[in-house]
Amino acid sequence: MRLVYMDYSATTPVKEEVLQEMLPYFTEKFGNASSIYSTGRQAKHDMDAARKRIADHLHCVPEELYFTSGGSEADNWAIKGIAKARKSKGNHIITSKIEHHAVLHVCETLEKEGFDVTYLDVDEKGLVDPKAVEAAITDQTILITIMYINNEIGTIEPIVEIGEIAKKHQIIFHTDAVQALGNLRIDLSELPVDLMTFSAHKVYGPKGVGALYVRKGIRIPNLIEGGAQERRRRAGTENVAGIVGFAKAVEIAYDQFDEHVERLVSLREKLIEGLIAAIPDTRVSGDRDQRHPGNVHVCFKYIEGESILLSLDMVGIAGSSGSACTSGSLDPSHVLMAIGLGHDIAHGSLRLTIGDFTTEDDIDYILEQLPPIIDRLRRMSPLYEEAKGAK
Amino acid sequence: MYTEIVMDHFTNPRNVGEIENADGMGEVGNVKCGDIMRIYLRINADEIIEDIKFKTFGCGSAIAASSIATVIVKGKAVKEALQLTNKQVVDALGGLPAVKVHCSVLAEQALKAAIFDYAKKFGKEYPELEGFDPDADDDHHDLIEEIGEF
Ligand SMILES: Cc1ncc(COP(=O)(O)O)c(C=O)c1O
Ligand code: FES
Repeated sequence: MRLVYMDYSATTPVKEEVLQEMLPYFTEKFGNASSIYSTGRQAKHDMDAARKRIADHLHCVPEELYFTSGGSEADNWAIKGIAKARKSKGNHIITSKIEHHAVLHVCETLEKEGFDVTYLDVDEKGLVDPKAVEAAITDQTILITIMYINNEIGTIEPIVEIGEIAKKHQIIFHTDAVQALGNLRIDLSELPVDLMTFSAHKVYGPKGVGALYVRKGIRIPNLIEGGAQERRRRAGTENVAGIVGFAKAVEIAYDQFDEHVERLVSLREKLIEGLIAAIPDTRVSGDRDQRHPGNVHVCFKYIEGESILLSLDMVGIAGSSGSACTSGSLDPSHVLMAIGLGHDIAHGSLRLTIGDFTTEDDIDYILEQLPPIIDRLRRMSPLYEEAKGAK
Repeated sequence: MYTEIVMDHFTNPRNVGEIENADGMGEVGNVKCGDIMRIYLRINADEIIEDIKFKTFGCGSAIAASSIATVIVKGKAVKEALQLTNKQVVDALGGLPAVKVHCSVLAEQALKAAIFDYAKKFGKEYPELEGFDPDADDDHHDLIEEIGEF
């Protein structure tokens, strides 16, 4: 059966060139980067070279990047770290209602420890209003953390404006850029950002590797204690193969950046427009312009997301949904709630995310397969019959 | 994640549709927790379920559970149909993941609600329906943990 992977925002396959560059580090170059003999030194050297390769593409100093086990660890470290480091200055944190759980759950934990957290509303497209950020600032505010691109609906947040506001008020600004890496040019010499989170597996690198950018001059206490790795800031024998793969993935992403974005945007628009044309009562979520190049997020009224995913899976198409039935909780995803979707609309949500291996043919295949699936499910739905009857 | 029986009933659901001037119609669930299940009954003078149809707004298990519940009770006496439990529905499906068991409760409740409607219309009394409230919004979604996000 034909397989069409449409969940690149969940994770990406490791590109062949990335894999090839990683492989020697599992076998002949297996040395521990902390050892003094040559294989160890070699590992250390290649790891530091990887740090520089990434730093060059992000326009920061290599020493401002710390490798972690992924985006979740970097988010945890940034937020818990600043909270702890700045506790004497204040106890207030500003974030948004649509952050990834790696941010939201950390904030909730900090609330239990006595911090005050403001969870800003977003508009119906998922945009945070910089004015609302400024209005939320108090003399206790020590950290603002707003994501760069939302992972579910693909909205790009105005982090430059938010960062400028943070700077003006001398508040630390962290942004989760997991979905932005490789999809937006990131120039840390220009961006008013103090800490930034990255993950390798969303840019055709391996899972279990990420990085936290910490602007020079900012100190945060360690999250992972132990050995002296990462200049004593993050303990644990380094995942050299993963780090080298991460660097290669970032290089490819930015070497082919314009092509990548152009291709994805064209496929994205084709899919969105095709779905709207073929399926009545289709609602596009998020912002049509300020959008992740590969994100398609739609809600089909009267039906439920899991049943769409199952039907798609049977014809080889892999997607995701934020419906209550797929989240396994009473509610649809927090992002869909925050943009004001009713439970009934959010229930029929479908996210299809496009990546570098998606073809025009794949989009045609989806546009051929999805409409009859939606139609079949709607015929089974008691809501559809009512809505049609009312028309 | 799902058994072959679940997938079969999801892909080829039996008894989907409506019955005009049904003898009993029941709907449970609500849009707030997502799922809605509606069951229509045609019942003859001997109190046998001659025909049954359903419509469901819900996940794959909800659709499969509705389908198999209609298969189980079709041709049975109302009294017998009232014995249907969600456990029977789960067993007939070859099992459901723990987080999906509540979808089978919906099937049991929808059937009860449809029989309740029939009993009211036709002045029947069934001890099994004592205390049954078709509008009760019982929280069949508790017992569930959130899964990961990506
Ligand atoms: C926006 C965002 N932040 C954080 C993460 C977590 O990253 P990781 O899977 O590397 O821990 C993800 C993806 O899962 C994400 O999409
Ligand atoms: S109908 Fe929501 S989980 Fe089954």
